[in-house]
Amino acid sequence: MTHEAMTAPAAVPDPMTVHPVSIRRVVWETDDTFTLFLDLDRLPRPFQFRAGQFNMLYVFGVGEAAISISSDPVKSHTLAHTIHRVGTVTSALAQLRKGDMIGVRGPFGTSWPIEEGSGKDVCIIAGGIGLAPLRPVMYEMLRRRQEFGRVILLYGARSPLDLLYRVELEQWGKQHHVEVIVTVDRGDSSWKGHIGVVTALFSYIKLDARETAAFVCGPEMMMKYTLDELERRGLPENQVFLSLERNMKCAIGICGHCQFGPEFICKDGPVFRLPDVRRLLERKEM
Amino acid sequence: MKSEDLAVVLRQHPFLGHLSEKHLHVLVGCAANVHVGEGSCLIQEGEIANALYLVRTGRIALEMEVPPRGSLRIQTVGPGELLGWSWMISPYRWHFTARAVADVRAIALDGGCLRQKCSEDHDFGYEILDRLTRVMESRLEATRLQLLDVYGTVVEVHG
Repeated sequence: MTHEAMTAPAAVPDPMTVHPVSIRRVVWETDDTFTLFLDLDRLPRPFQFRAGQFNMLYVFGVGEAAISISSDPVKSHTLAHTIHRVGTVTSALAQLRKGDMIGVRGPFGTSWPIEEGSGKDVCIIAGGIGLAPLRPVMYEMLRRRQEFGRVILLYGARSPLDLLYRVELEQWGKQHHVEVIVTVDRGDSSWKGHIGVVTALFSYIKLDARETAAFVCGPEMMMKYTLDELERRGLPENQVFLSLERNMKCAIGICGHCQFGPEFICKDGPVFRLPDVRRLLERKEM
Repeated sequence: MKSEDLAVVLRQHPFLGHLSEKHLHVLVGCAANVHVGEGSCLIQEGEIANALYLVRTGRIALEMEVPPRGSLRIQTVGPGELLGWSWMISPYRWHFTARAVADVRAIALDGGCLRQKCSEDHDFGYEILDRLTRVMESRLEATRLQLLDVYGTVVEVHG
């Protein structure tokens, strides 16, 4: 396997140590998805991470869950995680309020290779909660906007009520010359935007295949169809990056819960270059 | 719009990319320019299907009446896409309502005229059906993905 272009995770000092932090703010993005903003003042050292990495969030007495970091990497005073309430730990996280304490360890995993998009167009394709680990990429690219050609964000969600970061989506489009195209699987009569799967949005953009890097994150089936569409449009596989998810426990490649063929998603991923995992994605038993 | 102008507009539409001049000329005879204001319907469910629309600008929502839930929006089509193939399949009736959710400019190709031209010139007919089949295949694939409801079936692994 080759990871030469992926940014290898920096060693986390004592990665099994849980640091207590308090919740500064809770923002509900949708009916079942919320963002926790954490207060980092009590950490023994400044918290640094790269776009695409994740933390293990520990609800005391309940358990840990791997959650992508969704805030801006340069804003070291704020650490945000956008969380979909789907299981025991995330449901417990959803009960927490400002001032409550949780445990954090991390950051873990590889990051999005933003440099790969430098001098090129960048097409970001996100589905559902998959926009969360890509939001730090947007922040980074908007800060260095001149380094990139076209920046295109294709985002799909289940319904208009399930769209994340609606205010920012609008701002990115209006203020930063980002082509933001949003679609939902189901709309009502008040929704005047696109209805249909995220892959249908490719018909509204013209990609310069040789000069475009693509970052993809979302449910695996959505990514499968997206990868097919990118291939159909001629994007070379080595210009396509995706973030995978599996059940992570230790986050340091020891326990084997997130093993994906010869890879550990927590340590070798979650961000991969497509050729490194393409064959694994096509195997049913994976 | 003059027929020369229609030919220019038709040539620019992705659905007709690389169509021969001869076949383009045949299509011009079936084409008319249409403009539909926001909120108005191009197509009504159950009515005679009499046109193929090539969308130039705007956005159209496909709606179905689902008792007792009322009118549901199931898909949108926009610039560069096409709307409607019931004109070529008996009994030639629309299976959905199409409403402009933003002002729409489109070229309407008359369904009866198209059927007649396809019947008279099988090469032309093959060209049109070949292109329509590709669109139908991609719509079918998209519908399958939509049916999977991929955003609704997650397990707790990642935030």
